[in-house]
Amino acid sequence: MKRIAFLIAAALVALGLTPAQAQDKLKIGIITTLTGPPAVLGGQLRNGFQLAVKTLGGKLGGREAEITVADDELKPDVAVSKVKGFVERDKVDFVVGPIFSNILQSIMKPVADADTILISPNAGTSNFAGKECNADLFVTSYQNDQVHEVLGKYAQDTGIKKVFLMAPNYQAGKDSLNGFKHYFKGEILDEVYVPLGQLDYQAELTRIAAAQPDAIFVFLPGGMGVNFVKQFRQAGLADKVKFLSAFTVDEGTLPAQQDAALGFFGGANWAPNLDNPQNKAFVAAYEKEYNAVPATYAFQAYDAAQLIDSAVRAVNGNLSDKNALRAALKKADFKSLRGNFKFNNNHYPIQNFYLVKVAKRPDGKYQTEIAEKVFTDYADPYAKDCGMK
Amino acid sequence: MSAAAPLETRAAPIAARAGIAVPGLIFGILAALPAGALLAPENYLLALGTRIMTFAIAAVALDLIVGYGALVSFGHAAFIGLGAYAVGILAAHGIGELLVALPTALAASVLFALATGAVSLRTRGVYFIMITLAFGQMIFFTASSLAPYGGDDGLTIASRNTLFGLPIFKDPRALYYIVLAALAGTFFLCRAVVGSRFGRVLRGAKENATRMATLGFQVYRFQLVAYALSGALCGLAGFLLANANDFVSPAYMSWQRSGELIIMVLLGGIGTLYGAIIGAAVYLLIAEFLSQWTEYWQVIFGPFLVLVVLFGRGGLVGLFSHHG
Amino acid sequence: MSSLLFVQILNGLQLGVLLFLIAAGLTLVFGVMDLINLAHGVQYMLGAYLAVTFYGLTGSFLAALVLALAATLAFALALELLVFRQLYARDHLDHVMATFGVILFVDQGVKLVWGAAPLSLPVPELLSGSVTLMGGLLYPVWRLVIIGSGLAVAVGLYVLVGHTRVGMLVRAGATNAPLVSALGVNINRLFMLVFGFGAMLAGFAGVMIAPILSVEPGMGDAILILAFVVIVIGGIGSIRGAFVAALMIGLVDTLGRSFAVDVLRLFMGPSPARTVGPALASMLIYVLMAIVLTLRPAGLFPAAGR
Repeated sequence: MKRIAFLIAAALVALGLTPAQAQDKLKIGIITTLTGPPAVLGGQLRNGFQLAVKTLGGKLGGREAEITVADDELKPDVAVSKVKGFVERDKVDFVVGPIFSNILQSIMKPVADADTILISPNAGTSNFAGKECNADLFVTSYQNDQVHEVLGKYAQDTGIKKVFLMAPNYQAGKDSLNGFKHYFKGEILDEVYVPLGQLDYQAELTRIAAAQPDAIFVFLPGGMGVNFVKQFRQAGLADKVKFLSAFTVDEGTLPAQQDAALGFFGGANWAPNLDNPQNKAFVAAYEKEYNAVPATYAFQAYDAAQLIDSAVRAVNGNLSDKNALRAALKKADFKSLRGNFKFNNNHYPIQNFYLVKVAKRPDGKYQTEIAEKVFTDYADPYAKDCGMK
Repeated sequence: MSAAAPLETRAAPIAARAGIAVPGLIFGILAALPAGALLAPENYLLALGTRIMTFAIAAVALDLIVGYGALVSFGHAAFIGLGAYAVGILAAHGIGELLVALPTALAASVLFALATGAVSLRTRGVYFIMITLAFGQMIFFTASSLAPYGGDDGLTIASRNTLFGLPIFKDPRALYYIVLAALAGTFFLCRAVVGSRFGRVLRGAKENATRMATLGFQVYRFQLVAYALSGALCGLAGFLLANANDFVSPAYMSWQRSGELIIMVLLGGIGTLYGAIIGAAVYLLIAEFLSQWTEYWQVIFGPFLVLVVLFGRGGLVGLFSHHG
Repeated sequence: MSSLLFVQILNGLQLGVLLFLIAAGLTLVFGVMDLINLAHGVQYMLGAYLAVTFYGLTGSFLAALVLALAATLAFALALELLVFRQLYARDHLDHVMATFGVILFVDQGVKLVWGAAPLSLPVPELLSGSVTLMGGLLYPVWRLVIIGSGLAVAVGLYVLVGHTRVGMLVRAGATNAPLVSALGVNINRLFMLVFGFGAMLAGFAGVMIAPILSVEPGMGDAILILAFVVIVIGGIGSIRGAFVAALMIGLVDTLGRSFAVDVLRLFMGPSPARTVGPALASMLIYVLMAIVLTLRPAGLFPAAGR
């Protein structure tokens, strides 16, 4: 008798402690990098998403949103552990993130195994765009190669003959330089891979000077880019060699690079000065809330929130039919900050890409500005390898 | 410079009682944990527990040589990585049989341990620490450069190892109990080693290597065997980690990881073996729960470690055995 | 090709000198107080952050440098009093855990105070120019200043440790601290002096490098490992060893990274060389350390009495 009473009591306690199956709150788990130098990018992701939810009145698709943020510390196994916590302990409805490609690689399986949707507002690796495409993954950024292709096409179209390439020695780095070479058919003087996180480029700058290229193309995210740009300018190379880059001079790094980056080129699917009403509102709201210029990490996360909002609304807040939810997500029926937005069969976007240039605003802040449109409604080259319709 | 000698003699009577009670308590809690899944979502608890136990295996293996041999290896995460990559690389080639993967993992670890130990054990003290770091870094950079196996991004493992085709690791509960059994096996094996004649030579060498040498023991050989055993057990931990995470990456063998392992052993209390289990559990639990509370959790955890050092001699185990 | 080599040698010297500034303090502390100070890297990082803040307040690099050094010293002395003084009598492993805790605290604390975004410091106006070294490459004057100041510190330390009374006490303390204490010297004050001075050297390195590298949380951790490699190769407790080893590591690392791929291309195709090269280059200093320790298990210039 005592034992039964004890079990009943324990069960009651358990029910009290178990997270309630709240049908009203929509649970979102954000996995992003908040440790170390890339933390500024991870913070933008989080901020962009939270700003969207705030703008939508704290609700997504009519349901009140409960957001949990976890730090992956740029360690794949920590990310796996945190994401497993999201899907198994917190029973989130959506996982949003990450920033980095290697984290995306590690978390895709746990999220898919738990039959949950993963929305990536930044990382967009080629394997998930092609052969390993996944019905539970939706990418609101781009496929990594595409941005680099922008610079390659621009270099080819403007008659640049000799280019020096540099990227970090990891998959995204290799994707980057491959992407550049898709369209650039001139002479590659050298292709250098540096250890991820390298900060001092004196050795590489010496090589660049010796090679005497018309232009360099680099992919050096975060702190790497901050240092390289400063040192490049200090070495006096900025006047002799055209600076083409991807993710190296963006609103995350410009506050540190400042004047050193002026006039340098990048490629993106968006810029803060993109001229449409929803973007103007977004940039103003972001700057007011966070006192910083938003970068792609922020706007893509904002779009991710809008995407979730549109899909949850389409299924009337009822997420039990996963197929219907996926179909609603694929429809992408929302006003993207970049203008037109459509998903390809592999759940990666079809969108415009621009050449952007670093400029200083009258108020003293730095941003990238649209220089010219390079691709219109551009789909990534891996979509054909994807079996999804 | 060893403050551990007086500590051991003082704690000896307590240790004798604690020697049965504490491990008993630990394994009791671990065995009963899945039942406690009433209190929290089951899979999450099982995953967390599995992760803790896997690192505990590595921590116990490290304590074997740190606590009893005074050999502080700053490259021990390399063995975890070797074990994990054995699983990953074989899986990438379609080989998922446990009876192939496990021996490969262990063999790789043992061979690496023998090769690097042969060189490292010729040094002492902080030089030993640094040379083991060097070897760990070499394996780390090698793994980062393995482009066909993911390089820096790591490698997803499509399905876990199977035994004669049976997916024994697939069910989280089954995986949990297998890892628990592995931890228990590791613990009792190390206990037996420490208590044996071999272990006494090792501990003697920690106190006074010259004395052991004059007694006729080839200290170097004993240390090398201990080092290889420790490496093999870490390889086992890596094997289990790969199966639990369905993923391997060079981050498993970074020097930061090796440092964390040392901290786990120190935190728990070196030279007790069960202290390593406690240290691993406390470290990972604090990291897990504090980080849910605030993203700046290390501002609290850092001083916590400092306080444990300043006020507890012999880690957490020492802290409690002096109060109890 | 030879001019490329020359520039790379200069680059290697610059890295070496920076490493020396950090390693000098580390080896002193280890040699005199037998203290493994993993938190030495955060002193370097703090120097950089404090310089950024003071520059923002004063607008003068020189003022920022002086104030940053003073603040670094103050922080180091506080740390010594609160934490390290209790550790001198303890085991090396206790040092490891306690200083690891300090690293965690400061790395996160810096993020709390200054934010996670990388910060930067401009090069002082007077020294912001460049010198033409070879066709098109302007070598920043500031990097030459770093080399110069590092060498000056090296000379200064040599004079200080070898030819002054304080230096004699330091060397005596490194050999036999209890005896020095028994001879009536205030050993606590000596330890505080050594610790503070070592921290200031690291902070100085941080300030000097801030105009070139971005200042960000965790910037001390990678350099810490290199510094330990330096002092181990050089021999613990030996400033001369730290100097030689630092230059060696600086050169090997820089030249290795520059030429590894080219050298490998002699043996394998360009594509594998490009991926294996950087990995091999990163390993190079560890291979060097392993070789040195195999031949000389106590480093190149082990301080007497070790």
